[in-house]
Amino acid sequence: MSKLIISPNPHIHSKDSTQSLMRDVVIALAPAVLCSFVFYGWREILVMAVSVASCVLLEWAITKYMLKKPSTVGDLSAVITGILLALNVPYTTPWWVIVIGSVVAIGVAKMTFGGLGQNIWNPALVGRVFLLVSFPTYMTTWSQPQGLFGADAVTGATPLGAIQEGLMQGATVQDIMAEHGYNYGQMLFANLGGSAGEVCALALLIGFVYLCVRRVIKPWITLSIFVTVALVSLVFWGINPARFTDPVFNLLTGGLILGACFMATDYVTSPMSAWGGVIFGVGIGLLTVLIRYFGSYPEGVSFAILIMNSVVPLINMGFKQKKFGRK
Amino acid sequence: MNKNTFAIGGVHPHDNKISRECAIQPLPLAPTVYISVAQHIGAPSVPCVAVGDKVKVGQVIAQPGGFVSAFIHSSVSGTVKSIGPRADLAGRPATHIEIAVEGDEWAEGIDTSDTLVTTIPDDAKAIIEKIRLGGVVGLGGATFPTHVKLSPPPGSKCERVIINGCECEPYLTSDFRTLLEKGEQVVVGAALLKKAMGDVPCTIAIEENKPEAIAHIREVIAKLGYKGIEVMVMKMMYPQGGEKQLIDAVMHRQVGSGALPISVGAVVQNVATALAVYDAVQKNKPIVDNSVTVTGECFPRQANLLVRVGTPLRYIIDYLGGVPEEAAKVISGGPMMGRAVANLDAATVKGTGALLFLTEKQTRRAPESNCIRCGKCADACPMGLEPFLLNKLARAKDWDAMEQNAAQDCIECGCCLYSCPAHIPLLDNIRIGKGAVMGNIRARAAAAKAAAEAAKAAETAKK
Repeated sequence: MSKLIISPNPHIHSKDSTQSLMRDVVIALAPAVLCSFVFYGWREILVMAVSVASCVLLEWAITKYMLKKPSTVGDLSAVITGILLALNVPYTTPWWVIVIGSVVAIGVAKMTFGGLGQNIWNPALVGRVFLLVSFPTYMTTWSQPQGLFGADAVTGATPLGAIQEGLMQGATVQDIMAEHGYNYGQMLFANLGGSAGEVCALALLIGFVYLCVRRVIKPWITLSIFVTVALVSLVFWGINPARFTDPVFNLLTGGLILGACFMATDYVTSPMSAWGGVIFGVGIGLLTVLIRYFGSYPEGVSFAILIMNSVVPLINMGFKQKKFGRK
Repeated sequence: MNKNTFAIGGVHPHDNKISRECAIQPLPLAPTVYISVAQHIGAPSVPCVAVGDKVKVGQVIAQPGGFVSAFIHSSVSGTVKSIGPRADLAGRPATHIEIAVEGDEWAEGIDTSDTLVTTIPDDAKAIIEKIRLGGVVGLGGATFPTHVKLSPPPGSKCERVIINGCECEPYLTSDFRTLLEKGEQVVVGAALLKKAMGDVPCTIAIEENKPEAIAHIREVIAKLGYKGIEVMVMKMMYPQGGEKQLIDAVMHRQVGSGALPISVGAVVQNVATALAVYDAVQKNKPIVDNSVTVTGECFPRQANLLVRVGTPLRYIIDYLGGVPEEAAKVISGGPMMGRAVANLDAATVKGTGALLFLTEKQTRRAPESNCIRCGKCADACPMGLEPFLLNKLARAKDWDAMEQNAAQDCIECGCCLYSCPAHIPLLDNIRIGKGAVMGNIRARAAAAKAAAEAAKAAETAKK
């Protein structure tokens, strides 16, 4: 002992740090990432590498050369954005499209607002939606999973896309499902085509449970999305099963699980309180189903989350913890 | 789910009670003690001895300086060497009475035997008067004069006495050891407090990480046969020992903002205070010593010591082998709410319950980064506040908005800063804002009082 440190209480700190929380999210995403590698092979590994590297490099370059501040890449949040962006695009996406996506995600949606914690919208989703609107061909040319050493890709439609297309041609939901041979077991363990992150619902759910057990996130947002999607689609499906898809189909398709578990639960862009989170989740669930049933895009999770991100400040004002001993 | 705890927030720091097996040992007398006259909340006491006077253990050396104040007794026998300013634990000057120790002669009328006196006097007023004469103050940390707490304002009624044996701060074990070794005295103290408040029910609240203490106190209550005293087992949760949190946990009543516990019918006293009450009432023994936990992973000799009030910290530490090389911070109290000691030459006061040594690794704060809006601070706040918001308002010096968002309710427990993954100094900033808000509230109250008096004077002049 040479000198005593004098500082106010508390004198100890929990083990949590931004980095440790983000590391847990990366660990939670690992099963889904590994599944996407197994199903889509080396091209998905390339997509993932390009996405993560460009997100991290971009954040490093922006902090160093534009903001002239200490680098923040150590908090690992850019790594997560990179992984999520890669999981949100088809594995056939060209590398330069992915780089553009990360420029929008990190450069526009995150760093322009002041970096981690200041952004209004989930960066990976902003990147994804930008690509969807700008490069619809690459983003909607989905391919059937071919495996790590598979042969050339067979182009196909995602279940949601196929249903929308079929409905426009006057077929019923049942006909389309039968024609494509969709079954739910296959969806839970290995999807039939779509973004890399949609490939294995079970892997995503394992990650979600890990995050809840580690108390990184609370389950309310995710659960309220699932419950809302199930209930709303149950009502529509109950009214007209020929026109509207059933609840299980809606839960298992279109990246709903990826969005509900990993993107709606982003700390920065979701409400603080538990009840605020429930309202947020209900909004996402409702918008997702409505966009799927009535929108011009087959898929609605990304838009639903981004729309609800926008009203988070309002939700935060409306749903506060009751203060001790006050009415 | 059914465990007793408070409703909002709280954190679970590792309890680290590494000194729990250390029985309370008396510390040999120091050659000189320095007794502060400002060791309780309220007005400092006024010395009533002069330099050169001979004093005995338990003799009054300073008298209350106001209604909210306390008697101070000599903790040793010897000669008063000086009365003057000396740096306290935080390094701020306060008047101390310096006494050179000569022998160990106790004042007349103090029963120093170990005989347990279990008969409870009938007169509540007499009990409270003896507590006042014994210089008893709240030993849970706040050092509020106990006799004032036991004299509720007219119109309010006590419905339950709660004895706080939570000791929810990590590392501290002196209350635990007191419950184990002086359980009888604590229970008699509880019975005295219960009697003083008009024979209301009494709950001794102990956290579940002290099963030996829970079993022992239950046994003692059964043995002594007092009616209306029960042990309540509490879930381990910090800050359960906070007065408002404990009342919520035990009685499911929430004390309002700025209100006193008595407003919901509760009087809370710490275990060590109950022991002091027993000593003062049954043995005529004022507070001259208290149990101090000396601990920390880097400290080679864990101990619980019975220390005379006014013993220099350095004397205690040297007795146990000196300050370890790795120690970077010495804390008076626990790691969550204790105060960093600036001055090892300072002397203990009645409220000194622990000396904790932390290494730089254990205590150094990581650099602050951006708020990631995770809401962990709001989840942890036991008062239901939004520390992230108060922090921003404090940095903007927006005191009015801070008041609207109840910064004045902050109990400074440290849960927010403890749990913040971005290491933002939430409590540091909120504390500054809270000070400003409290100043505003007091100024408004004073202005309102002055206006009312002026109106009254004008009314009288008109007549």
